[in-house]
Amino acid sequence: MIDAIFTYDFLQNAFGAGLIIGVIAPLLGVFIVVRRLSLIADALSHVTLAGIAGSLYLSQSVAVFSALNPLFLGIAASVGGSVLIERLRTLYKHYEELAIPIILSAGIGFGAIFISLAQGFSNDLFGYLFGSVSAVSREDLLIVVAIAIVVLAFIVVFFKELFVLSFDDEYAKASGLPAKWIHFMFMIVTALVIAGSMRIVGILLVSSLMTIPVAAAMRVSKSFKQTITLSIIFGEASVIAGLISAFYFDLAPGGTIVVTSILLLLLVLIYKKIAVSVKRGAIA
Amino acid sequence: MDAPLIEIKDISFEYEETKALDNISMKVEKGDFLAILGPNGSGKSTLLKIMLGLIKPSKGSIKLFGVDSKNFKHREWIGYVSQKSNSFNSGFPATVKEVVAGGLAKKAGLFRRLPKTVDEDVLEAMKSVGMEAFLDRSISELSGGQQQRVFIARALVAKPKMLILDEPTVGIDHQNVQAFYDMLAALNREKNITLVMVTHDVDTVTDRISHVACLNQTIHFHGFKEQFQTLSDEERASWYGHSVRKIHHAGGGH
Repeated sequence: MIDAIFTYDFLQNAFGAGLIIGVIAPLLGVFIVVRRLSLIADALSHVTLAGIAGSLYLSQSVAVFSALNPLFLGIAASVGGSVLIERLRTLYKHYEELAIPIILSAGIGFGAIFISLAQGFSNDLFGYLFGSVSAVSREDLLIVVAIAIVVLAFIVVFFKELFVLSFDDEYAKASGLPAKWIHFMFMIVTALVIAGSMRIVGILLVSSLMTIPVAAAMRVSKSFKQTITLSIIFGEASVIAGLISAFYFDLAPGGTIVVTSILLLLLVLIYKKIAVSVKRGAIA
Repeated sequence: MDAPLIEIKDISFEYEETKALDNISMKVEKGDFLAILGPNGSGKSTLLKIMLGLIKPSKGSIKLFGVDSKNFKHREWIGYVSQKSNSFNSGFPATVKEVVAGGLAKKAGLFRRLPKTVDEDVLEAMKSVGMEAFLDRSISELSGGQQQRVFIARALVAKPKMLILDEPTVGIDHQNVQAFYDMLAALNREKNITLVMVTHDVDTVTDRISHVACLNQTIHFHGFKEQFQTLSDEERASWYGHSVRKIHHAGGGH
């Protein structure tokens, strides 16, 4: 496998992008999960689908779009979707969760229309939906690197504010933190990670990489920082094992990565159950 | 003479069509321990939210430490403790130490790390609420009363001049409520922290506070607790409803 990575450019791109996503998706995912925003990741991934499908359709009829990486329109749609979700959450103050199904349906709706209009990109589409080892270009890798720099800078700079906001948003506002702006930037960064991750994991499974490693880490960690560390370890393990198995068995990496993360979650749950039983036994 | 820590003038507030506060004016002076009393829906929490700048009044003005609240920059001077059940995200994977250190976020400032003294600051705040043994415990493992003490430590860690508390004893069992109020009284007395607290525990707090404000959309009484204790049951019932009456304690007080 190592030889193959050194031999083939596409494998270097896929593993490079995968390793980066294995860090940034669970890292941001910790904040998404503790803020109970997991479904927003799903809504944004479907909006990204609309952007990608739109770009693929336009590339057939408009010259400018034929040279454009569909990821750019995907990113634009995802960021636009995150802004719209915020506007809708403000509009429906007492039913904030309504924003999610509205944007999710809009994403699928537009996506379906563009897919029907455009003919002949079923292979591309399959890759975007479930991820692909072979389709990650050097340009995709560079986009992922750029997104990772933005995400890491955002989290390092605003870590303490994000922590306070995630734990208790009313307290964050009362203590004078710019909660509204930090939340807005958080949504934009989430949109970027979703758009950047979907080349590897696929649109339909991208939110899983942001939530399942975190779900596993939360069961065994004792502190917030430990939750972040374990989430990244579980995320990376899922990406590496998932990409290797996808390469050898010619499977969609989105599927293998997510199934690996589910297996890890099951192992953690079993471990936790045994640990609790042993502890109870020791006390008794 | 120092400016009042809070000075409210002619404040009104409505939730859509419903009037929550009507022409409220009041001052909180340095060193006060003020209990804001009132029945459910009387506007107590709304008034606190206006003091904290969480919501804007439809009319009137508010000064904090002598400065118009719109221009007030030192939010870290005001510690806030909310109703536990309303606010914090239960099950959150964090240690008590991490939660309390979060209280330093505003004081440290944007784009800056927490100060190097964070461990000592957190320990000192935890000592003042008698919880120093719980630093490395998970916040979700603690009882309601312990969690509320941790939230007071989080408010204290930035060394505020004033604490604003919204029904801080909600979720605390009856036996621990007395000890909780004793701890607040000690903070007021020994650390000279001004306290503004919304509460329903009229009789439990009266011995420990200095001032009382009675609110039901408008201020019906604001003054020293000794004056409040002289109010008759009829006077209290006229604004509070019939559920509040004086309890005569064995010591002859009210």
